[in-house]
Amino acid sequence: MEKSEGVQWWGGRGAVQSFAAMTASITAAAGGRTSVGKKVAVAATGLIGVGFVFAHMVGNLKVFLGREPINHYGEFLRDMGEPIFPRSFVLWTLRLVLISAVVIHITLTYQLMQQSRRARPIGYEYTEPVRKNPAARTMRWGGTALLLFIVFHLADFTWGVHPDFQRGEVYHNLITGFTRVPVTVIYLAAMFALAMHLYHGTWSVTQTLGVNQARWDRTIRRGATALAVVIAGGYSIVPLAVLFRLVK
Amino acid sequence: MPLFGSSDTDTRPDSKLDSKLPTGPIEQRWDTRRFDLKLVNPTNKRKYKVIIVGSGLAGGAAAASLGELGYNVECFAFQDSPRRAHSIAAQGGINAAKNYRNDGDSIFRLFYDTVKGGDFRARESNVYRLAQVSVEIIDQCVAQGVPFAREYGGLLDTRSFGGAQVSRTFYARGQTGQQLLLGAYQALERQIRAGTVKMFSRTEMLDVIMVDGRARGIVVRDLITGEVRSHMADVVVLGTGGYGNVFYLSTNAMGSNATAIWRAHKRGALFANPCYTQIHPTCIPVTGSHQSKLTLMSESLRNDGRVWVPKKAGDNRPPDQIPEADRDYFLERKYPSFGNLVPRDVASRNAKEVCDQERGVGPGGRGVYLDFADAIARLGADVIRSRYGNLFDMYERITDEDPYKVPMRIYPAVHYTMGGLWVDYNLMSTIPGLFVIGEANFSDHGANRLGASALMQGLADGYFVLPYTIGDFLASAGPDPMTPDVPEAKQTEAEVHDRVKRLLSIRGDRTVDGVHRELGHTMWDYCGMARNDAGLRKALDRIPELRKEFWSSVNVPGENESLNQSLERAGRVADFLELAELMCIDALHRTESCGGHFREESQTPEGEAQRDDENFSYVGAWEYSGDLSAPTLHKEHLEFEYVHPTQRSYK
Amino acid sequence: MNLTLKVWRQKSANDKGAMVAYEARDISPDMSFLEMLDVVNEELTLKGEDPIAFDSDCREGICGMCGCVINGQAHGPDHGATVCQLHMRKFKDGDTITIEPWRARAFPVVRDLVVNRSALDQIVQAGGFVSVSTGSAPEANSAPVGQAVAETALDAAACIGCGACVAACPNASAMLFMSAKVMHLGVLPQGQPERYDRVSEMVETHDRLGFGSCTNIGECSAVCPAEIPMDVISFLNRDLIRSRAGRGMKRA
Repeated sequence: MEKSEGVQWWGGRGAVQSFAAMTASITAAAGGRTSVGKKVAVAATGLIGVGFVFAHMVGNLKVFLGREPINHYGEFLRDMGEPIFPRSFVLWTLRLVLISAVVIHITLTYQLMQQSRRARPIGYEYTEPVRKNPAARTMRWGGTALLLFIVFHLADFTWGVHPDFQRGEVYHNLITGFTRVPVTVIYLAAMFALAMHLYHGTWSVTQTLGVNQARWDRTIRRGATALAVVIAGGYSIVPLAVLFRLVK
Repeated sequence: MPLFGSSDTDTRPDSKLDSKLPTGPIEQRWDTRRFDLKLVNPTNKRKYKVIIVGSGLAGGAAAASLGELGYNVECFAFQDSPRRAHSIAAQGGINAAKNYRNDGDSIFRLFYDTVKGGDFRARESNVYRLAQVSVEIIDQCVAQGVPFAREYGGLLDTRSFGGAQVSRTFYARGQTGQQLLLGAYQALERQIRAGTVKMFSRTEMLDVIMVDGRARGIVVRDLITGEVRSHMADVVVLGTGGYGNVFYLSTNAMGSNATAIWRAHKRGALFANPCYTQIHPTCIPVTGSHQSKLTLMSESLRNDGRVWVPKKAGDNRPPDQIPEADRDYFLERKYPSFGNLVPRDVASRNAKEVCDQERGVGPGGRGVYLDFADAIARLGADVIRSRYGNLFDMYERITDEDPYKVPMRIYPAVHYTMGGLWVDYNLMSTIPGLFVIGEANFSDHGANRLGASALMQGLADGYFVLPYTIGDFLASAGPDPMTPDVPEAKQTEAEVHDRVKRLLSIRGDRTVDGVHRELGHTMWDYCGMARNDAGLRKALDRIPELRKEFWSSVNVPGENESLNQSLERAGRVADFLELAELMCIDALHRTESCGGHFREESQTPEGEAQRDDENFSYVGAWEYSGDLSAPTLHKEHLEFEYVHPTQRSYK
Repeated sequence: MNLTLKVWRQKSANDKGAMVAYEARDISPDMSFLEMLDVVNEELTLKGEDPIAFDSDCREGICGMCGCVINGQAHGPDHGATVCQLHMRKFKDGDTITIEPWRARAFPVVRDLVVNRSALDQIVQAGGFVSVSTGSAPEANSAPVGQAVAETALDAAACIGCGACVAACPNASAMLFMSAKVMHLGVLPQGQPERYDRVSEMVETHDRLGFGSCTNIGECSAVCPAEIPMDVISFLNRDLIRSRAGRGMKRA
């Protein structure tokens, strides 16, 4: 059991505690006390997320190379760093970084959201946005949906709630997973939410980190669109290929 | 014909008016005075309390500067923030004798132009000082971060403005007033943070508290709670702007009012030259009785626009169907050398004249065309757009007409009041301890203000004159803290209370705006661009009647104890109804024409303003006698040692 | 034309308030929106009712005093303009128009459509100035400022402080207002010595006053009468990061 090995190496409960403490201190330090500082931390952790989804998407595409390469790739993720580090050490480090990023991202967003809620105790009878910007306006709902999806997705493919789950058999799990139409539908819907989140998120990162300028705005928006389409598209073609029996 | 007070030919100095003018060579007068003024010990400054009413260019700059010096300042504004003051709306620019253009400008030339432009009705010493400090104002504002227009090399750009022969006007697009005010506002906010200035916004001054013949405080009304209370100080400064809203329609802001200076006047401050009003020729005409204010468009439009009306009275054809032969380019016809660029007063009067001949255009027939067709044909629409694009957009937004296709319609509107409370060279009124700065004083502009000089004067007074002269008064008086429970304060508070109660108890059938509108019509018709004996007498009959109607039939709804905008307006209009009478009295007594005051009886054979230096080379300062219809005239005779009075000619 | 107005009426800060319907009759399309309200108020006054309280002063779009949410949009349907510059020809006969005050915790309602915006002044107090006392300024041309820099500064300095950005922001954030000032002073040489302390103190004050947190939606800029661009916010963010990285004097 690779997973338990990793946890043992970190020392069980101690790992969870130190992880929580670390996350909390990063949250406080990176966020500072200002809303802008918190946003910067949200942006930075968002960037980690972008890096992860991109890498994960590229990994998924190995399914088109066949059973062996993708299973081998799954195995490589655990072997990464050997023999300098113990098996799974690098993977777990990456996982912890990622989990911390997600926790910080969500915690700070929640705090900022509360700040904004308090900022307008009495709302308008009627509003008619001038700027139709659905991606920006659905960041919180879309983010929540993505979180729920991540839980479902981990349960399905990593923890093995999947009915025909075989540990280590990435190819098999993937194909059998996506032959279930409801799962594919949920997956595709989530990818739409991911595209929206990535589009505004990526543009927003440039704004929050202070890189954006009026003359670069159009380029950055195009870049954000391209990134969102490539990543969400890259994920989506896998279940679609399974559904249409292009990979079996 | 001594109409009021002392005889018109009396040149003896008036005992009421000690102008404290310095003597000696004019270049040294301000320096000499600055040396002669007493200083307040730095550690003592915080023991002096200074009240400043108004937070515009003059008041805001003064509050910030006095705060920096360490005085204990309280600043009052009726708006919700000091940044709203109407100085913000000034478009054109600010003059300064920097001579960056190497085009022959100098302090003396700015001084000369201002005295001449004021039609020889201003004090030479004051104007010279204004020209001197103009240079420091630009330095100060740039250091504050005011984003003036720059040349490619990064140095300050200037333009020539209002017919000046030199390029001395510094500007920030069409929003110079806004940027200068924000500079002063930011300096003020810095002092508020430092704790030297305490800001009271949405607080309106309603009276001056006099103790032993000296201004020792003000009574204010908190506009949100209705609380009437006193604030005491060692000195009171008014920087409350002009009174153009006496005409109801003007380019002034809705809230601009005369209450502060009028209350001070009734407590003993003399009111100088109240009839001097500046009418700006290029405003958007009135469209109907609902009109609440007039919008000014930059004078620069006359550089490329041609002013005309139909030749025939009552010609209702649309402009594009009126052939050249049937058009009268009246400014070009009458003033071949200056053409459309004649000074403001001349352009305004001529527009009125053609409209009086029923040749005016647009709804109501009060308008003349300002036509860009020739300029567009000559230079192309793009060039015109680059020069005036924002003005054209603004015009279209208001009138729904496209000035690239249809000629603009313009008409003159009240814009600035040169008159105001009389002050000596040190900016103190005839009430000891009451200083008056900016447009609120009778100022340095004489009978007519040059373009881009209002901002200069407001900032000169606030940043560079008052901080010196106020110290002299305070050092002489010594710190004397006073609490608001002195009987004089209680008495004044009670009077303010009574007045508020009276306004609220009338409950008649006329609205405040209705009465104000009627007052405005009367003033515009009889004490506007052109005045004559018969008309002014008619106005003088009507105004007291209207005042009586106001106090018997106006309806001020609501109560005192909450935000009550009708009540605020009612108090202001009540004061306008009194001030209007003084303006007409002053206009009637001054039988000459000068600057913004045109008496039809006094014109050259060609119909130009004719000054009467022999009889009227003085400042007319009026004292409240207890009877609004019979004020006492005091005269401060004007001496011209450096600029010799000549007749203006723009033929 | 004739219109139905649904207006927020609230007697004082502590009153609960409600939307109340009024008829506006014989309105000329040439009237400004505020002149239309003047007409309604004159009628209310003559009927003995309290007129609708609203702020306005210059009525030419520069003082920043006026402002309300009209049909769900700050300053109404004519963008790049204030309510006083909005004309009734933008509406049709028979329209129903909802009129509400700016809504934000930092802008408590004073009465009807009048709100207290002193929080904006407090943000400026926190650092929106150059510390130069009267008389201490060097000769104006001693520090050249490139034309493009001066134009950028003026674009940002054009803010009229009306608060529409806060009113329109789904988060009730004052980022656009604050950033405009940070950028105006931050690009000019005169603003450099205090640049990083300024941004830091202004942002802290902004949060303390109860404004919300920006989510880069851009509604603020879309309703801004002075058309302040969104990249002023980017400028503030960058300066805040630098300030936290130790460039601020006080925090270094």
